[in-house]
This record gives sequence, C-alpha cells and structure tokens, in this order.
Amino acid sequence: MLLLRSGLALLAALLSVTCVRADDAPSRLWQQGSALFDESRLLATGGVSAVEGEGGGGLAAWSLITGYGTRDGIGLNIHETYVGLPDYQLLAPGVAIGLFDRLELSYAWQAFDSEATGAALGLGQGFTFHQNIYGAKLKLIGDAVYDQDTWLPQIAVGLQHKENDRGAVIRAVGGKGSVGTDYYVSATKLFLAESLLVDTTLRLTKANQFGILGFGGDKHDGYSAEFEGSIAYLFSRDFVLGGEFRTKPSNLGVAKEGGAFDIFAAYFLNKNLSFTMAYLNLGNIVIHDHQDGVYLSLQAGI
Amino acid sequence: MRKFLIAALFGTMASPAFADGTLYDDMGGKAGMDRIVDVSVDNYLADPRINEIFSESNIDRIRMELKDQFCQLAGGPCVYKGHDMVITHKGLHLTNANFNALVEDLQDAMRKCDIPFATQNRFLALLAPYQHQVVTR
Repeated sequence: MLLLRSGLALLAALLSVTCVRADDAPSRLWQQGSALFDESRLLATGGVSAVEGEGGGGLAAWSLITGYGTRDGIGLNIHETYVGLPDYQLLAPGVAIGLFDRLELSYAWQAFDSEATGAALGLGQGFTFHQNIYGAKLKLIGDAVYDQDTWLPQIAVGLQHKENDRGAVIRAVGGKGSVGTDYYVSATKLFLAESLLVDTTLRLTKANQFGILGFGGDKHDGYSAEFEGSIAYLFSRDFVLGGEFRTKPSNLGVAKEGGAFDIFAAYFLNKNLSFTMAYLNLGNIVIHDHQDGVYLSLQAGI
Repeated sequence: MRKFLIAALFGTMASPAFADGTLYDDMGGKAGMDRIVDVSVDNYLADPRINEIFSESNIDRIRMELKDQFCQLAGGPCVYKGHDMVITHKGLHLTNANFNALVEDLQDAMRKCDIPFATQNRFLALLAPYQHQVVTR
C-alpha cells in the first residue's frame, strides 16, 4: 500500500513537471535534461507499459525499449494500471527505464484483490495477493521503425523475476512456489507502409495467472512455452487501436487456466503522457468464469 | 494450383501501382510534393533542434534537390542528380535525434498539406531506411 501511494505521488509529481515544462519550454532545465533524456524517438514507438511493467502493449511484452531515449539517451517513465473484473480487481503501478535504446529495466508491483471470492474461499473478504516483478530486456538486433527495407523485426530477450507474498495460500491451492522467473524472446515490427505494428513473443514461464497464484502446480511443475502477440493499427501519430492475445500454462488442478485477450486503444498526448484503455478478457480465474472487464493504464515519463 | 498462387501473389503485389495511382499521385503530384518540401524546409529552419545543421547550407539548392529526390522516391517522373546520401551527410555527424526531428517536421508538413496519415506512412516507409546512411554519430 505504501508502495502504491508513493507510486501515485511520483506520478503526480511527474505530471506537474510535465505541465510546467509545457508552459515555459524551452527552459534551462529542459536544455540540460534534453541532453540525456532526449525524448527523441518518434511518438508511440516506445509502446506503453504492459501489466508486468515492461514496455509493450497491455498483455504482451514488445521488443521495443520503453520510453523515448534514442541510442544516445535515456527514457524514464512511471505508470499506474487498473484492471476491473466482475469478481477481482488488480492495481499495478510500476517504473521503467530505457537505456540507450538497448537495455530496459523495470519494476512493477501488483496487488490482486480477491474481493468477495476471498471470503468464499475462507481467506477473508478482500484477501489480496501482492507481487513484485523485476524485469530486464535487452534489444539484440533490428530496428522496428527504421528497417523498412527488410523483413527483419526488432528482436529482444527479456526476463521477469516475480515474488509473490502469499506462499501459504499458493501451496494450499496446489502451487509449488511463490517465486518464479519468466524468460521471453520478442520480435516486434512496424510495417510502416501499412501503418501496422505487429509483435510476437515467446515466453517460458511457470506462472499461474501471471504469478498471482504462484508458480508451478500439482498438475504440471515445469516451464511451459507460451505465446503472446499484438497487432495494432496506427490511426494517427497519437492514436493506436489494437488487439492482443496471450496463452498461459494450466498448472493447477483446482482450476483450468486459459488464454487472455484484449482490445485496446492508446492515446499519446505527447512523449510525456499516454493513456491506454482496453477491454480485457482473462477467462476463468479460480472459481469464476468469464472474468472480463476494463483495463486502464496511464504512463508518464521523460 | 501453385502457379495460380504465385500469380495471385504477384498480382496483389503489383496491383497497387496500377490500381489507383502511384504514391506520387496520392501525394498531390509535382505541385503537391514541391509544397511538402517547401513546408518541410521551412519547418527545419524554424526548428531549434536541427536548424544549426543548415547554417552553412545553400537552402535554395536543398529545396531543389529534395524536390527531385522526394518526387523520384514516390514514383514520380523526376531524376535526383545530387550526390548520394552518404556523401551529403558525411560531415554533418547527425544523430538519431536529428533524423527523427527531420521526420517529425516532415510529418507536420505533410499534415499541413492534408496528406492522409496512411499515405504519409507509405512515404515515410521509403525514407526510413535512409537512417542507416544519414545517421553517422
């Protein structure tokens, strides 16, 4: 909760900086900061913040390095994401930095509120799972934007180390651990002549419901190779509409876990502020089917 | 069946050029593209991020060469007679930030000239690979 509050405070602080900057730019501060925080990649080419904190869509990791730093600069952003489902609710603030359009480091904190389901399962009303997610992503080859004369996408590898604070409950439902690490390789390409961005990502994971229900299970305890992908159409420089799909392992005997998909709209006010709104469908989560609802995410950065 | 598929594939690839005009036509032909260049160059000169690049340049010559180059690139009946991109940008030590600023100013110009966004992107897709030749720092 403290983290959430400080995250929101940081968001508010960044927002106010953004507004001041817009008012009296080019100020001296801007000139100094612009050397390193160059904000010089093209609008929307940093993607938005995915639910696990990395640069991507909402569900899928993209190979794009977060923020607007070129290979000579740095981009830093914070975000707050809210997912409202019929029987659950997720809050996921985070922070990420893109270094020289090469390396991305991210941290996200997820709070998954089980609301009345917690009471039904004997955990208590509003029983909440928390998860820390530490991410790193390295761009290997290609440039999603410039390389319009070849089919080669931008390719990156990444990992996400996740720590869940509800080990006892996780083991009670058949999960094997409260800590896990996902590994992924992501290929993202902007088909500029078609105004289309396409991503495909392969993820090795043991996570149950993104790790909210721990890692591995009574049914299956090894890594699974899972797919996630996005397709997005650029309507203008600041407005993108797309869809995503993500498969997940089904490790637990108590509930069959299926795929997830979303349909999203992202609006980039400028390089400092973007807003993503989506319809998100997560299917079954433990005792409830049809967990679909709204996904809202705000990103502020320099 | 295979022959049919190949024919269909190449047919699809070739058809946009013949169906409803070239990109050059979609961008307003010679007059339209010349205006885009003029507005772009005006934008470059007014852009504090990049206008220093042009401080030693013959602006009239840049306008003329860009008009030929853009026209040729979009499939128009022009021939760019200037030096290649590597030579013209060699001494400028341009960064990706500079290149992207040029792109943004061009996007602004195309928008001002009422070029639809999807058409803008078709043209930018032809320009984007020049990043490899233009950016040297």
